[in-house]
Amino acid sequence: MRLPCGIINKSYSQDTAIVRTNLQWLLLVLALITLFTFPYWASPHWISVMIGVWISIIGVMGLTLLTGYAGQLSLGHMAFVAIGAYTVAILMSDLNWPFWAALPCAGMISGCIGVIFGLPSLRIKGFYLVIATLAAQFIIVHIISRWDSLTGGVFGLSVPKVTLGGFEFKSDFSYYFLAMIFALIAILIAKNLSRSRIGRSWIAIRDNDIAAEIMGVDPFKYKLLAFFFGCFFAGIAGGLWAPYLRYLTPEQFTLMGSVWYLGYMVIGGMGSIMGPIAGVIFITILDEFTAEMVTDLATGSPVFAGFVQASRYIVFGLAIILFLIFEPRGIAHRWERIKNSYRLWPFSY
Amino acid sequence: MGENGIKLRAENINLSFGGVEALIDVSFELREHEILAIIGPNGAGKTSLLNCINGFYRPQKGRIMYEGYDLTKVSSHKIAKMGLSRTFQNIALYTGLSTLDNLMAARNIRMRYNVFAAILYFGWAHREEMKHRRVIEDIIEFLEMESIRKKPVGMLPYGQRKRVELGRALALEPKVLLLDEPMAGMNVEEKEDMARFILDTYELKKIPVIIIEHDMGLVMDIADRIVVLDFGRKIAEGTPDEILANHAVINAYLGGE
Repeated sequence: MRLPCGIINKSYSQDTAIVRTNLQWLLLVLALITLFTFPYWASPHWISVMIGVWISIIGVMGLTLLTGYAGQLSLGHMAFVAIGAYTVAILMSDLNWPFWAALPCAGMISGCIGVIFGLPSLRIKGFYLVIATLAAQFIIVHIISRWDSLTGGVFGLSVPKVTLGGFEFKSDFSYYFLAMIFALIAILIAKNLSRSRIGRSWIAIRDNDIAAEIMGVDPFKYKLLAFFFGCFFAGIAGGLWAPYLRYLTPEQFTLMGSVWYLGYMVIGGMGSIMGPIAGVIFITILDEFTAEMVTDLATGSPVFAGFVQASRYIVFGLAIILFLIFEPRGIAHRWERIKNSYRLWPFSY
Repeated sequence: MGENGIKLRAENINLSFGGVEALIDVSFELREHEILAIIGPNGAGKTSLLNCINGFYRPQKGRIMYEGYDLTKVSSHKIAKMGLSRTFQNIALYTGLSTLDNLMAARNIRMRYNVFAAILYFGWAHREEMKHRRVIEDIIEFLEMESIRKKPVGMLPYGQRKRVELGRALALEPKVLLLDEPMAGMNVEEKEDMARFILDTYELKKIPVIIIEHDMGLVMDIADRIVVLDFGRKIAEGTPDEILANHAVINAYLGGE
């Protein structure tokens, strides 16, 4: 990363700091103010959209640590979201646990089951691992839909509201803050992990597993650690979904959902913390935009309503394909390039 | 450390892949203070021998003794912790990381902070990162890599990548340095630079070096002793002068009889 003119590193701490310039501080404060005041000025629809964004960011952040950083491809991430969601639901409704105790539990259980499904990664990689994680998707969702006594099977399970003291998180307005706080913490944790010895060891395994092992990275430990954190984040995301949706069924956690998680990550940019944030926001906005456009068109010309409705997904898909053609390395990468050129302007050396 | 000034001793190494015998009864010793060159025609088993030392290949027979341990029974990452560090023939850097982070990644084995400290980052983890950064900066200065410190290594030219690899090997604080063709594909100037770095490392750190190299002139200049492999067998061992006069070596290289 280039620094703007006049910013000089005087210590190694300064060199590694995330926020360096006054402008960055200003933008950070402005962004936080915007996010914290968002529910006060946004429409109810956008508040509910943003809750989805925050929760997805947590889940995709987990996948980014696992796949983007450690290079262990997973096609079953939604199953671990399901484990988190069902853990919170069962602990809260059957055992009357408070949400605040159930949520860490959801993360831990999801993380530990993730480690079990991560064991094959010690022997196999690439496409073979994809198939192994695909098994996780089917096995876990199958168990959830068949274990009627615990999960309510295909009929589902209702989830109590989140309470804190006497306060009940029942409106979207209050739930927005809950989801946002957890998402911000998740982003911070992911960032810290990524810049620590653990993040570097993950990248070492991703980029050259043989060299990494010969240079002292224990692949057993770090691969399983990646699976733990990847699935821990997914579990937390699931745990936040459950009380928001208020009702869980196995159909909410499909293979398509796992594929979408990969899509968010790839479009946002693999191997960066900005990636999942950018990816989730970009795709959500694109989705909302195409939905709105289609509604407008359909009301304008009722004759072609059916055709226009169908074209929504064509436009959506086309936008993603074009995006991948012009920026295959993701939004986060493009953002870095824009930042670099802006900082060097007008002297491009 | 080792007995009688021997740092590392390979005894009757036999390695085969199916029917292909890569190493046959290879034995050699690395002394406490020497540059040992391993030479031989392509496919002679030089890299396989290093891979055995690193625990990447497991020889079917024989043992490699180092500080009282048999390396053929120790896993690769533990061998790295024991102080054996190497560079690779085909550059094996972490392409997504910068030069600095490639070196920092190698410091992993010297770092102590745990997962929870990593999550918090500030405090323990940060202090330790800064401490290791100082060590890394010394290596960067030593190898004259200041200008490429923050560049992703995937974008660096070949010669510089080889240099980053040497830096990464040094970042482990090795007790034995294994170099697999560190000068392959370089021009004369780059070769001279690399030879200077290797000799400086050898003098400053006082560690033995095993080097695989094809450039005979260079090997004769910097090596104290030479081991010659041909088709998996050791055909000669001795000082550069002895090797130059050895008939078996001349036959292997020039094709005799």
